[in-house]
Amino acid sequence: MIKINDLHKSYKMGSNSLHVLKGINFNVEEGELVAIMGSSGSGKSTLLNILGMLDLLDKGSYDLDGVPIKDLDETKAANYRNKFLGFVFQSFNLINYKTALENVTLPLYYQGVKRKERDAEALKYLEDVGLKEWATHLPSELSGGQKQRVAIARALVSKPKVLLADEPTGALDSKTSKEVMALIQDINKNGKTILIVTHEEDIAKMCSRIVRLKDGVIVEDKKNKMIKAI
Amino acid sequence: MFSRDRWLEIFQTIRKNKLRTFLSGFTVALGILIFVVLFGFGNGLKNTFDKFFKDDALNTMWVRPSRTSKPYMGYEANRRIELDNDDLEDISKRFEFYIQGITPRISFSGTLGYKLESNNYPIRGVGPSHQSNEMTIMMKGRFLNGLDIDNKERNVVIGRLVEQDLFKDEDGIGKFISGGGRSWKVIGVFQDDGGDNEERIIYAPYSTIQMIKKGTDDIGQMIISYKPEIGYGGAVAFEKQLKKYLKQKKFIDPTDPRGLFIRSAASDLKENDQFASVLQYIISFVGIGTLLAGIIGISNIMVFVVKERTKELGVRKAIGATPKSIVGMILHEAIFITTISGYFGLFAGIAFLNFVGDKLEEDYFITNPYIDFSTGISATIILIAFGAFAGYLPAKRAASIKPIEALRDD
Repeated sequence: MIKINDLHKSYKMGSNSLHVLKGINFNVEEGELVAIMGSSGSGKSTLLNILGMLDLLDKGSYDLDGVPIKDLDETKAANYRNKFLGFVFQSFNLINYKTALENVTLPLYYQGVKRKERDAEALKYLEDVGLKEWATHLPSELSGGQKQRVAIARALVSKPKVLLADEPTGALDSKTSKEVMALIQDINKNGKTILIVTHEEDIAKMCSRIVRLKDGVIVEDKKNKMIKAI
Repeated sequence: MFSRDRWLEIFQTIRKNKLRTFLSGFTVALGILIFVVLFGFGNGLKNTFDKFFKDDALNTMWVRPSRTSKPYMGYEANRRIELDNDDLEDISKRFEFYIQGITPRISFSGTLGYKLESNNYPIRGVGPSHQSNEMTIMMKGRFLNGLDIDNKERNVVIGRLVEQDLFKDEDGIGKFISGGGRSWKVIGVFQDDGGDNEERIIYAPYSTIQMIKKGTDDIGQMIISYKPEIGYGGAVAFEKQLKKYLKQKKFIDPTDPRGLFIRSAASDLKENDQFASVLQYIISFVGIGTLLAGIIGISNIMVFVVKERTKELGVRKAIGATPKSIVGMILHEAIFITTISGYFGLFAGIAFLNFVGDKLEEDYFITNPYIDFSTGISATIILIAFGAFAGYLPAKRAASIKPIEALRDD
């Protein structure tokens, strides 16, 4: 599903250049639930941003579902993101003046899906994450766990190939974290490829594979016996 | 671009962000409102100006004799020059090509009375064409005519306020007023836009006045109206020739600055027009300044709006919004708000000007303030365009920011 070859990325910091990723080779098969771990500064978020086409790579190649991701202009990146990827963020990033349902319909709006179909589809995904009754509520009326579940529904509604989650439990307490991870494991069980960036050991243990980054290189990549979240 | 979904999206954004909407709308509405009101007041000032200076007909020349200041052809200096009936006839024959009407004006004042009321009024001995020179408007009765002059009738035409003074509520027409030991028949009442003093004047046939003044044929000054079709150039030429002819006829040194004055509305008009255009420049300057302030205001707010939405725009990009759709959404919203509030401001301003109307005429010299509808519309469109432009730059920048940067900060 994801093929990465000799990936390099550096950032210019004034006159210095900061070499963040120093040759990453990394493949992900369909249906995997991968945890990318590392301390801050290890390059894990940069890797996720490049995977998510939120950032550009300097050197190397990146194939997603057989499509080479290169020469991205903003419009092309937007279309690929919309088609291939679903994002879940640590801070949820819901649009605060839109209801849960409207937030979930937004990716479909940018796909040009008709309003009625959009609403029906989004409602189905809200039901899947157990929030059908909360469809008309604003994010400010939801708890942290509920917000993250809305965000997950929004990430899934466009039927992406890969779900990318950046510290999805970072802003949640441990009980809610477990609930959200259980949801993610459920989604994975239905065949979705999922990558999670985290620095929490217990979260990583709930994944089927753990990749550890340190100073811009992969230091460990092992299969993991997935622990059920709940 | 103008799909129903886009509109719904925009209506929702507007509804859910009332403060933001209010701020940008209010700025534009206020900008246009102030522009319209100031511009309208400027025009009102100009109207007052026009009214003051354009009371008399524009194709008019005044010929006024005075004392000479230089000796000439055996005559001493300080000689008194007089115009008489002879000159009147000569000039109307000689300059027939230019002249539309010619009338003497013998000015003096006298006490006139009716029953118990009496008062001192300026009296003018004039001919029939004086009516069009002064743009005298008859309210009732008629002005003096040729027969009055020929028969030296003791008929008078009185100003509106003279009638009010002397006759109170009575109708003055056909009544007799007394003056100089004689009685005069009131044949007409006039009004004049030149102000109260212009409506306290009494007109009598110049021939009658000459007869009463012991058979003199002095005509005081002369008022000539020339044919409008000769234009400004023709008027200047006519004035020159007339001056030359009269100076020759009256033996006045051609280099004497005194002796004879000719004032022409054509040259006055030019000066007045210059003053009016200065006024117009000031008005335009104030208008452009106001508009500029409005543009700066709406630009600031657009920058603020886009800044405030950076994170939301980043989210939208992360879930598949193209830069084009981001810019389009912001512009669409900005143009929609500024258009609605711009026209609101425009109509509020026009309504205000209509409400003011002539209320400020007495104390502030603002008469009938107005704004051309097209000027108002243009100003509104300019403000909308600049609002959109001011929104475009930050929107473009926001749309090109990597979503990851927009989403940072937590």
